[in-house]
Amino acid sequence: MRFQLTEDQRALRAAVRGVVGRWSGAGSWGLVAQFPAPLNGTAQTGDSQFRLDRGLWRALGELGFFSLRLAEADGGAGLGLPEAVLAFEEAGRALVPGPLVATHLAAGVVLGADTGEVVVAAADGRLVEWMDEADVVLPGAEGAVPLRSVDPLTPLHRVPAPAPTDTVAVLLTAAEQLGTATRACELAVQHARAREQFGQPIGAFQAVKHLCAEQLVRVEVARAAVYAAAVTEDPADIAAARLLADEAAVRGARDCLQVHGGMGFTWESEVHLLLKRAWVRAQRGGGRTESEELLAAELTA
Amino acid sequence: MDLSYTAEEEEFRAELRHWLGDVLPSLPSRPSPDDWPGRRAYDMGWQRMLYDAGYADVHWDASPTLRLIFLEETEKAGAPYVGAGFVGLLHAGPTIAAEGTPEQRARWLPPILRGDEVWCQGFSEPDAGSDLAALRTRAWRDGDDYVVSGSKIWTSHAEVADWCELLVRTDAAAPKHRGITWLAMPMDAPGITVRPLKTLVGSAEFAEVFLDEVRVPVGNRVGDENDGWRVTMVTLSFERGTAFVGEVVACRRVLRELAAEARKNGRWDDPALRRRLGGLNAEFRALWRLTQWNVSEAEARGGGPGVGGSVFKLRYSQARQELYDAAAEVLGEGALDLGAPWVVDRLSSLSYTIAAGTSQIQRNIVAERILGLPKGR
Ligand SMILES: Cc1cc2nc3c(=O)[nH]c(=O)nc-3n(C[C@H](O)[C@H](O)[C@H](O)COP(=O)(O)OP(=O)(O)OC[C@H]3O[C@@H](n4cnc5c(N)ncnc54)[C@H](O)[C@@H]3O)c2cc1C
Repeated sequence: MRFQLTEDQRALRAAVRGVVGRWSGAGSWGLVAQFPAPLNGTAQTGDSQFRLDRGLWRALGELGFFSLRLAEADGGAGLGLPEAVLAFEEAGRALVPGPLVATHLAAGVVLGADTGEVVVAAADGRLVEWMDEADVVLPGAEGAVPLRSVDPLTPLHRVPAPAPTDTVAVLLTAAEQLGTATRACELAVQHARAREQFGQPIGAFQAVKHLCAEQLVRVEVARAAVYAAAVTEDPADIAAARLLADEAAVRGARDCLQVHGGMGFTWESEVHLLLKRAWVRAQRGGGRTESEELLAAELTA
Repeated sequence: MDLSYTAEEEEFRAELRHWLGDVLPSLPSRPSPDDWPGRRAYDMGWQRMLYDAGYADVHWDASPTLRLIFLEETEKAGAPYVGAGFVGLLHAGPTIAAEGTPEQRARWLPPILRGDEVWCQGFSEPDAGSDLAALRTRAWRDGDDYVVSGSKIWTSHAEVADWCELLVRTDAAAPKHRGITWLAMPMDAPGITVRPLKTLVGSAEFAEVFLDEVRVPVGNRVGDENDGWRVTMVTLSFERGTAFVGEVVACRRVLRELAAEARKNGRWDDPALRRRLGGLNAEFRALWRLTQWNVSEAEARGGGPGVGGSVFKLRYSQARQELYDAAAEVLGEGALDLGAPWVVDRLSSLSYTIAAGTSQIQRNIVAERILGLPKGR
């Protein structure tokens, strides 16, 4: 048993981090901050203020982000779920916007999805993300109505009939949540070291310190669960990974916001984007109830 | 990332499983929690059986993976837990193995492995708990002996122990972390008085230990004089990092028993309870994966457990309490009956966020030593 990243896996992670890092720089966050906040009255219902970055999509395609798990004969890298999970973790860490999971799952099914030329959106549960920006919507989106999405970087439509749960989608979503949870912890620690009050860094106060420590604990537990589920592909392991990763991302982003004080509550800081995205992802794949029921049933199997 | 085992590891597992299948049915039943001599005899008898079968040294000589397999298989089979052997096998022994001289290893390790000698831990004092380095029990040199006076508290298994891993202050003038020394004290030395303390469970699990000019040979010192704090960190890393690993497997077994009981008594029809048990299933699966991750990391590093043990301990101690709270929900009013299964375990679980360093102290460690946040003034 060597339940650690291999050299190749580390290299892959670094490569993905390099590409998505270009997107997640201060400039891109600034892009969001420039938009008028949606309650200013300017935003139209269902109208995405944010265009999907096709350049980034193609860069991800070139990197093999979407074709990672396709056989080499089909132009893929022939890698497995553990590698996909590492790539999605990085995307989640950088908060890359777009229907990443749907396009990845469509590689080899929809022409051009593997190279990032074609953007694929899909219904998951009752929601479709990025429907208007996508070239293809699976399995179709009859009767979809737009929502005013809580996440400015994820336009949403609601469909009348719920789409079935795909366990790989659930796992890749958990990996994104893990990345976002990691980012939230890093941001909170950075701020706790830099911001001074009462003549010392706020991170020296136990109340703040303990919030950060709990964030890290949730991240590490989620990481072990997500990586293990990628190795075993066991449905119960995947359900467990989603519960732990949702918790790490949602609570981690809230704690990060708390540590940032008033600054955390502004439209300009990136912190709210972490939390809103984590909320959107927590709705995928049937949500918490479905995973808990699956794990309960497994106990008596 | 790989969760599969090598052929040798699988062979070890198969042999162990086979052996457990042979010996467990003929074990006598466990003595009552209050029967200390009986418990000692039972726990040491089990250790002796492991020794004779060649499994005793798995706690500190074997590879971390073999140890993990050992804990997994023994817990799954419902074999006895280390019990009175906890301190000797899981942290005093590993400390001596890592820090002791060859003579010290030869003197103390074999009897621990054979189940001949029981150890206890004399770290905490009435005024030095979380602030362990504030300890005041003094020791001064007199010829080839240290002479020790003071008192210790919450000393688990003190009543039946042969040896005590003891922290003493050997330099009162030095800054508090500096003047501490780690000694192995024989519990039958003149001047030691053990006064049992009743826990909230109702049993005498731990005790107060009074030391009145107790003579401990200088040769019983592990590490240098006044270098005891460093040795203590080694002991605590074993205590927090690896000592609770096997219990995660046991908790997963309990969870299945709870689900079975809930189905029998009808509580399973309550979706809130079902979801709670499902959530705990996620929790203990994840804790087991974290264990496998930590073990692989230690194996790759070739070292003992690091501060990562605090991450595990924080989450596990909390999860264990939630598990037994869920048990109470399954039992309903039966949870008020000390005779019902799980009720005593529920009471015991309350100590997990206190013993071996409270959760508040573990959070300080994670924040300061892993995340690099500043120490408060
Ligand atoms: C069942 C059991 C078995 C034990 N067995 C042993 C044993 O065999 N040998 C041994 O040496 N010891 C043993 N202990 C002692 C144990 O290690 C101590 O109880 C523990 O370290 C806490 O110390 P304390 O009890 O003095 O509490 P205190 O240190 O007085 O703490 C009281 C409360 O204050 C909080 N607190 C204290 N300092 C801080 C801080 N800096 N920041 C935030 N909060 C803080 C604590 O978290 C706790 O909530 C055992 C304890 C139990 C419960």
